[in-house]
Amino acid sequence: MGRAKETRMLSLWLILSGMALQGFSGVPALAFSRRSMAGQTTTFVLLAVGSLLSLVGVVLNALGIGGAEELTVPWFLPWGQFSVGLDALGNVFLALIFVVPALGACYGLGYWRQADHGDNGRRLGLAFGVLTAAMALVVLARDGVLFLLAWEGMALAAFFAITTEDDNDEVRKAGWVYLVATHVGTLCLLALFGFWARETGSFSLLTPGSLTREAADALFVLAMVGFGFKAGLMPLHFWLPGAHAHAPSHVSAVLSGVMLKVGVYGILRITSLLPVGEWWGITVLILGIATGILGIAFALGQQDLKRLLAYSSIENIGIMVAGLGLALWGRYQARDDWVLLGLGGSLLHVWNHGLFKPLLFFNAGAVIHAAGTRSLDRMGGLGRSMPFTMALFMVGAVAICGLPPLNGFVGEWYLYLGFFHTLQGTGALMAAAAGASGLALIGALALACFVKAGSGIFQGTSREGEIPGHDPGGSLLVPMVILAALCVVLGVGAPLVVPALDAAVAAWDPGANSSLAALASTPWISTAAFAVFLGVGGGALGVKFLPRAKAKPVVTWDCGYARPTGRMQYTASSLTDGVVRLFGFILWSREGGKLRRGVFARKWSFRKGVPDVVLDRWLLPFAKLVGRMVPRIRVFQQGQTHVYLLYILMITLFLFAVAGFWRHP
Amino acid sequence: MIDVIVHCTLLLVFPPLVLGVISKTKAWFAGRRGAPFLQLYFDLFKLMRKGLVQSTTTTWVFRAGPVVTLTVVVLAGLLVPFGASAAPVSFPGDMILFAYLFALARFFTTSAALDTGSSFEGMGSAREITFAVLTEPAIFFAFLVLAKLSGTLSLTTMLHGTTGSFLTTATPTMVLLSLGLFIVLLAECSRIPVDDPTTHLELTMVHEAMVLDHGGPWMAVIEYASSLKLLVLGAVLMNVAFPFSTGIGWADWLIFVAGILGLSVLLGVLESVMARLRMNRVPYLLVTALLLCGSSFLLLLR
Repeated sequence: MGRAKETRMLSLWLILSGMALQGFSGVPALAFSRRSMAGQTTTFVLLAVGSLLSLVGVVLNALGIGGAEELTVPWFLPWGQFSVGLDALGNVFLALIFVVPALGACYGLGYWRQADHGDNGRRLGLAFGVLTAAMALVVLARDGVLFLLAWEGMALAAFFAITTEDDNDEVRKAGWVYLVATHVGTLCLLALFGFWARETGSFSLLTPGSLTREAADALFVLAMVGFGFKAGLMPLHFWLPGAHAHAPSHVSAVLSGVMLKVGVYGILRITSLLPVGEWWGITVLILGIATGILGIAFALGQQDLKRLLAYSSIENIGIMVAGLGLALWGRYQARDDWVLLGLGGSLLHVWNHGLFKPLLFFNAGAVIHAAGTRSLDRMGGLGRSMPFTMALFMVGAVAICGLPPLNGFVGEWYLYLGFFHTLQGTGALMAAAAGASGLALIGALALACFVKAGSGIFQGTSREGEIPGHDPGGSLLVPMVILAALCVVLGVGAPLVVPALDAAVAAWDPGANSSLAALASTPWISTAAFAVFLGVGGGALGVKFLPRAKAKPVVTWDCGYARPTGRMQYTASSLTDGVVRLFGFILWSREGGKLRRGVFARKWSFRKGVPDVVLDRWLLPFAKLVGRMVPRIRVFQQGQTHVYLLYILMITLFLFAVAGFWRHP
Repeated sequence: MIDVIVHCTLLLVFPPLVLGVISKTKAWFAGRRGAPFLQLYFDLFKLMRKGLVQSTTTTWVFRAGPVVTLTVVVLAGLLVPFGASAAPVSFPGDMILFAYLFALARFFTTSAALDTGSSFEGMGSAREITFAVLTEPAIFFAFLVLAKLSGTLSLTTMLHGTTGSFLTTATPTMVLLSLGLFIVLLAECSRIPVDDPTTHLELTMVHEAMVLDHGGPWMAVIEYASSLKLLVLGAVLMNVAFPFSTGIGWADWLIFVAGILGLSVLLGVLESVMARLRMNRVPYLLVTALLLCGSSFLLLLR
């Protein structure tokens, strides 16, 4: 018994020491010169070794069948304590945290060379390592105060990573919006943990003994809002597109692939401790589906490749949250199958999105580097000069659309199954209708979105002049190949991870008394994935044996027109214009420019774009309005000390009066 | 075992005849003698022996389009029960795989089309992905209805389990559902009034516009795959709208074949008596399908 406990502590120590290395990884580089590649390599090696150590710890803990492991150390602060722990739910997220940033750092070796970015390379390395360690600490924390500290560390490190190019005005603006959004979220979390301590008597994140219904509801709402900012739930998503678009691509990959998931983790951790209310499930489900549909609809309207990917992250968060809604409802109704399929699918989607979205962001980085623009409407034809990049993009795109035979399908399949299972419940037809048809709509929109992205970047010919693209070097390709391979492995080998998902669901809801293996015949999905690979491979081979297999190269058939040019192609925007019009009632796209009609129109211009409804249509105008109103209060600012003392006296009297009235009305 | 063999044989051999029946019906309506029933088989053989012509702008994605489509349609065909016999492959949740396999085909067909860099293919792809946004939720509403009525979660049992309810409890539901699925079938198989598989006006087409640049063996694969798709989706529709079985094996197979041929005559008649809709009207038709399938689900809420 004692020995088993010792090995278990081993994994926690492995993880903590790995985290120390990660957090420290950027420090030695400070001793090197600004443009030293040796410094950057040191940073990468430290981060990679730290991540590997921690990953070994996570795997050991998972193989020990998800036994809980805790470590509590008293500390100097008057509140809370340094209390960390491991369980199967945390492991799901830790596994992601210890894979993606390390790959991102490897990518950075080629993409953000310190030799070329002397001004900010070392700062980025420092922020990157701290971000990784802080995210892990958030997941490990079992104490509200420690959680908040780690959370703030993560938020600030992310801010410095996003504003790497802070000499650029746009980047500073995006960073500013992010900083405001994340701190409004943190404010809700402060309230959450303060209230938590008041209601339960301590900051420890343990299942409280008793909690009134109202208190549980209030904690739940605070958690949804506070963590919703970080996860990017609509309408709290507004910081996300700008931040992702303006950060370096490997930072966007970590933000989207991992940091958003930490927000999801927060929601999961808090809901696992609270007694579920009746209305939680359906609310979260509707919120998730709405976030998914709106997210992908906005993604469709984007011309900026990285903004498109960012909005698609919002969609994927929506899918995860919808699964959580189903699980919450299942827990309330004591339906284990809903809990398992909903949360199992949701957690698998956490992994899936954590693999294919970094892949796509890495890919976008290589593409943007080659094309010199982020606009999909100006690229095209890169598939011939960057064949590997295109192949990797196609893997990511098929996976993110949730199509078989890759990993995206498996997670969505669990969710669909869960929604179909609600048909047999009482009074839950609503969940089935909203969930299944919503997911179907999201799937169709995602397909349109990524066909658009793929065709805009890689297919056809360049819209504006020839782009001299080339496949990136090894340090960029290797992380992408690893992620793509993992997408394939999780698609074909999904049954392998089912035990880990089961354990994580059991950690979230100890009452769940079933298993995914019993509820869903995952091996069939593997078989189908295998069959698709086999069929396509066989077909590709069969083509070689055609009687006249050698293709004759010709120009594209344009109804006999012999000199087609790149500018005559459908652009990425025109491809999805039909869908954008269908969703015009929420997208509110902006059109502008001078259109001259007539036979001999000479000069004309046309602009169309989909700005963010929340940020660009509401928050920024509102902020401007506030900015205009505020100077009127300046009359109170007299600059004379005795007037200020008078203000203080008046306010104190006022407060006393209010307090007195409160006591003796 | 025999059922599986018959199923696979029908799946792989029968479909071109279905298209032959449609064109024969249309010819008969127009007062022509028309091409022989087996014309598509001849066409396929002819195309397979032709050389390949391929645009210089294309990559492997262009070639992946037809190959993926054919693979996917065959796999989907193994999940659908043909008439009263069970599908060769059946497991809980296979209807989701069924729908997503077709989505995979759509992904590669549209990507392959856009690989040519032609605006005609761009138009076709744009329409295809736009229409899918409306048909996908309709299909899932249909699955929800069938799953609720049958209390099961695999295509075979869902389609077979609703046989009784057509005539008894849920007649209105099933009528609405059949109509909705029929419109989905018209859209997915690119038939009039959504699309015209025979026209040569690139500007007005959906599916044919996407495959303009595929010739020779590629065209053969595409034509063959789309005939398979018609049979597979037709089999789903037949199970919902025409759920009769005798309980005798061979008789059920005959009923299925007759049903599919009847469906193709119906399609031929429909294509003869009405014109293709204007492109901007097509979404209304598809919304109708969504409404029909959604309403059939609403009827279950009683």
